[in-house]
Amino acid sequence: MPAVSKGDGMRGLAVFISDIRNCKSKEAEIKRINKELANIRSKFKGDKALDGYSKKKYVCKLLFIFLLGHDIDFGHMEAVNLLSSNKYTEKQIGYLFISVLVNSNSELIRLINNAIKNDLASRNPTFMCLALHCIANVGSREMGEAFAADIPRILVAGDSMDSVKQSAALCLLRLYKASPDLVPMGEWTARVVHLLNDQHMGVVTAAVSLITCLCKKNPDDFKTCISLAVSRLSRIVSSASTDLQDYTYYFVPAPWLSVKLLRLLQCYPPPEDAAVKGRLVECLETVLNKAQEPPKSKKVQHSNAKNAILFETISLIIHYDSEPNLLVRACNQLGQFLQHRETNLRYLALESMCTLASSEFSHEAVKTHIDTVINALKTERDVSVRQRAADLLYAMCDRSNAKQIVSEMLRYLETADYAIREEIVLKVAILAEKYAVDYSWYVDTILNLIRIAGDYVSEEVWYRVLQIVTNRDDVQGYAAKTVFEALQAPACHENMVKVGGYILGEFGNLIAGDPRSSPPVQFSLLHSKFHLCSVATRALLLSTYIKFINLFPETKATIQGVLRAGSQLRNADVELQQRAVEYLTLSSVASTDVLATVLEEMPPFPERESSILAKLKRKKGPGAGSALDDGRRDPSSNDINGGVEPTPSTVSTPSPSADLLGLRAAPPPAAPAAPSGAGNLLVDVFSDGPAPQPSLGPTPEEAFLSELEPPAPESPMALLADPAPVADPGPEDVGPPIPEADELLNKFVCKNNGVLFENQLLQIGVKSEFRQNLGRMYLFYGNKTSVQFQNFLPTVVHPGDLQTQLAVQTKRVAAQVDGGAQVQQVLNIECLRDFLTPPLLSVRFRYGGAPQSLTLKLPVTINKFFQPTEMAAQDFFQRWKQLSLPQQEAQKIFKANHPMDAEVTKAKLLGFGSALLDNVDPNPENFVGAGIIQTKALQVGCLLRLEPNAQAQMYRLTLRTSKEPVSRHLCELLAQQF
Amino acid sequence: MQFMLLFSRQGKLRLQKWYVPLSDKEKKKITRELVQTVLARKPKMCSFLEWRDLKIVYKRYASLYFCCAIEDQDNELITLEIIHRYVELLDKYFGSVCELDIIFNFEKAYFILDEFLLGGEVQETSKKNVLKAIEQADLLQEKTDNAYHSKSFMGYKKAY
Repeated sequence: MPAVSKGDGMRGLAVFISDIRNCKSKEAEIKRINKELANIRSKFKGDKALDGYSKKKYVCKLLFIFLLGHDIDFGHMEAVNLLSSNKYTEKQIGYLFISVLVNSNSELIRLINNAIKNDLASRNPTFMCLALHCIANVGSREMGEAFAADIPRILVAGDSMDSVKQSAALCLLRLYKASPDLVPMGEWTARVVHLLNDQHMGVVTAAVSLITCLCKKNPDDFKTCISLAVSRLSRIVSSASTDLQDYTYYFVPAPWLSVKLLRLLQCYPPPEDAAVKGRLVECLETVLNKAQEPPKSKKVQHSNAKNAILFETISLIIHYDSEPNLLVRACNQLGQFLQHRETNLRYLALESMCTLASSEFSHEAVKTHIDTVINALKTERDVSVRQRAADLLYAMCDRSNAKQIVSEMLRYLETADYAIREEIVLKVAILAEKYAVDYSWYVDTILNLIRIAGDYVSEEVWYRVLQIVTNRDDVQGYAAKTVFEALQAPACHENMVKVGGYILGEFGNLIAGDPRSSPPVQFSLLHSKFHLCSVATRALLLSTYIKFINLFPETKATIQGVLRAGSQLRNADVELQQRAVEYLTLSSVASTDVLATVLEEMPPFPERESSILAKLKRKKGPGAGSALDDGRRDPSSNDINGGVEPTPSTVSTPSPSADLLGLRAAPPPAAPAAPSGAGNLLVDVFSDGPAPQPSLGPTPEEAFLSELEPPAPESPMALLADPAPVADPGPEDVGPPIPEADELLNKFVCKNNGVLFENQLLQIGVKSEFRQNLGRMYLFYGNKTSVQFQNFLPTVVHPGDLQTQLAVQTKRVAAQVDGGAQVQQVLNIECLRDFLTPPLLSVRFRYGGAPQSLTLKLPVTINKFFQPTEMAAQDFFQRWKQLSLPQQEAQKIFKANHPMDAEVTKAKLLGFGSALLDNVDPNPENFVGAGIIQTKALQVGCLLRLEPNAQAQMYRLTLRTSKEPVSRHLCELLAQQF
Repeated sequence: MQFMLLFSRQGKLRLQKWYVPLSDKEKKKITRELVQTVLARKPKMCSFLEWRDLKIVYKRYASLYFCCAIEDQDNELITLEIIHRYVELLDKYFGSVCELDIIFNFEKAYFILDEFLLGGEVQETSKKNVLKAIEQADLLQEKTDNAYHSKSFMGYKKAY
């Protein structure tokens, strides 16, 4: 093939490029570029119409300038003009410019889309491909909106050329990734799956990528792809090295397609059909066998392509995790690679073995390679390979090899790259704790960590060692002895001083018998470090000193002298000063008994998940450790979590416990009293049966807000059917709801308690509980002024049909509300059948003689009568299918109004009332829920699915219920919450 | 694949292809960071590295570095061969390609890439088919009187 002679050489462009290359300095380059920009601008602005060639040349120059890193703010229009040229190269340059410099100027997007539309309709495959490439390159939402519906049609049309199909498949993939909501699933999906059978390998190659992406969200729709993929793969794997002609790459048949097919299969569990499965296992074995055959070529491309398939095969075997034989073979194969001369293969083998180590079938086989891996950690020259080796050691560690692995990792730490030290420290700390048989080894290990890499030992690590030593009395003496020895080093890390200070303060007495570590020696050793330490450490040491006064009365005078020194009592740091003053006073006033009680040994810490593990998870990836977040707890939660014997004295002592708050990895176990009380209350009230009790006991204000005023005298209770005494005034008497009413209502869809309304005069608070089809709501009306409200009359109104759907029974409240006072109103609610609009709450009163009135929507929505239902994935899908009539489904796609946080979303869905079902949706990002709406007349089963798309900041919400209006209504309600 | 960058040993960016939406600022930052990281690596080091939450696969051909960012589940070795196949395509098209071919005919380099990879996925692996598509395009184009041979004009020597 001749060299570039054929191109559409643009001489002016080449001259410009070589000018730029000849520029000696950045300034010269900028000068040359500015000159060119001025020239192009004048050409574009000139009255003489430019011919296509010149336009193409200038647009190309602009593109070049942009790619050099300069901003381009004109020329877009000329590029768009090129799109409608019928000369191919002009069109091509136009598309390239648009693809690289896309800009969300809506006017232009419309023009661009128009040009694309024309090319797609042109039936000229080369033009169609250009247009598809452009859509795929830009991938913007606007383009998705314009073309997402057309492209599937092009993709499956019988008369589309192969090259067009290929481009269409990947174009659709890009649009789907960017805006999944815009790509409608439909009849075409089945035909896309059958592209796996296409004769043209290129079409299959493109289609597999599309199917792999689509099936992740819609596994059921694409299930038939499994058997097709297996048979395609089988044909490739068993073909001779030249069968596939140009699709053979360095004697490897269709490596890209093979890898993609293996990836596709990883979206599904092992095939259920025994024949398909058998065929697949055969394929996997063939790949493993081929790895043992001598290479057909010495070229690295040959071995890379072959091994790419091998590694993907191993990934699939690990994904299935069900074929012990294959897992062990995979492990042996990787073992061979561990000593391969290609660094790349060693790297990948280490990485892949990490996942094998977690399978019960191959864990032991992985362990046999420990020496090779340790050797890799020591001798690999590339840090990224050493990192993989460290990861693998961590993954293969268990009780049998923990000592060896921990000591190797400690040794590695001495020379490890700074970037990975903290991670290694965390891993060592975790392994040492997890597999400690004797805790003296654990203590030694952590102290070694501090010695070797003190700067990388985070708080979590040294807090944890204190926690463990405190909880295990068999190791306390050893710990005291060891820290004492460690502190004797002339230069020791501040973290060592912290650990040493704390442990000696608690357990120094255990080694005090030895004259070499007598109390005065311990004290002077610690105090010799004092002046070199930070404020936090010094504060900790002061607490150690006061503990010493209790442990060793003989040190009292010395320590009081230290505390009394001007440098402590008048320390500029308020914490140090306060500790010095208080400890000094405590030591002088308190009797020995009091001192002994106050400074008692710390109680054991409650067992909880290691905060170190949480930290490692956080480091390893967002989301992984969110459930374990050990955010600092409010110090007031101290006594809740205080431990086994939370004597007030121990807790209130300003002992080093203050420094340990960071240990609290779990939220305080004791829930606030009020909500649980309220829950019980509701059970009591309604336990007798679904019918509401005609007379309720005294209002249990105790359970809610104890500072409430006593409730107003009750009005005679009316029967539900006839709430006469507080009869609704009728809609005509009630004004329309205030404009914010809907927004206020929305706030209560997912929660039951809160402030419903507030202005300068009045605050209305809500507390409510719902069970089955019944609810009880407390409304609190607070007078914010100092003047009495008169003729205070809150009433509940049922507009329209609501009367027959919802029964709300209210009690009258006192007609006067004093300034600053709060009155409470109780509402008993019964849901008779499904309803769409909430009741209205009308509040009327006179303030300073002027009549006031206010209408709100009462926060009673249909979802309040939700009863969560747990079910297994299988049941869920079965029910989902049963509700497949179009009118049973409501779907909404909407932009996120709040940050997309999975935990918040979960909380909202639970608040909404449905159960959250794990392990149902194959995509763990998605949420699936189920519940039953309980009304007196009927029950409505509801299934919901929420699919967040973080990239697009969008959600898709799907509701299926047996009643159409309920689906729609729930969908509306819930969609506003995110 | 999330993006592909071609840069010279001096750190000059020769080609950039982004398959995920990013702002220009972000693109420049990523480019700067990656060029620095990759250039700092020694020749015998492994071709893969972890970077942010992506995997970087790179390979040097003469004076040019080809560098791809792939996602966690993507296959490193096959990505290395994506790079190689692209180099082969360029080589076949330009006839012993060198860095200057890519500089002076950057638009061609983009067109070839689009035929080979689309939306970050391999579209067509057959060398014949890719080049056929490009050649067809070349045939389609009109004769211009500026027909110009970059090689003879520049008289540069091969680096690859």
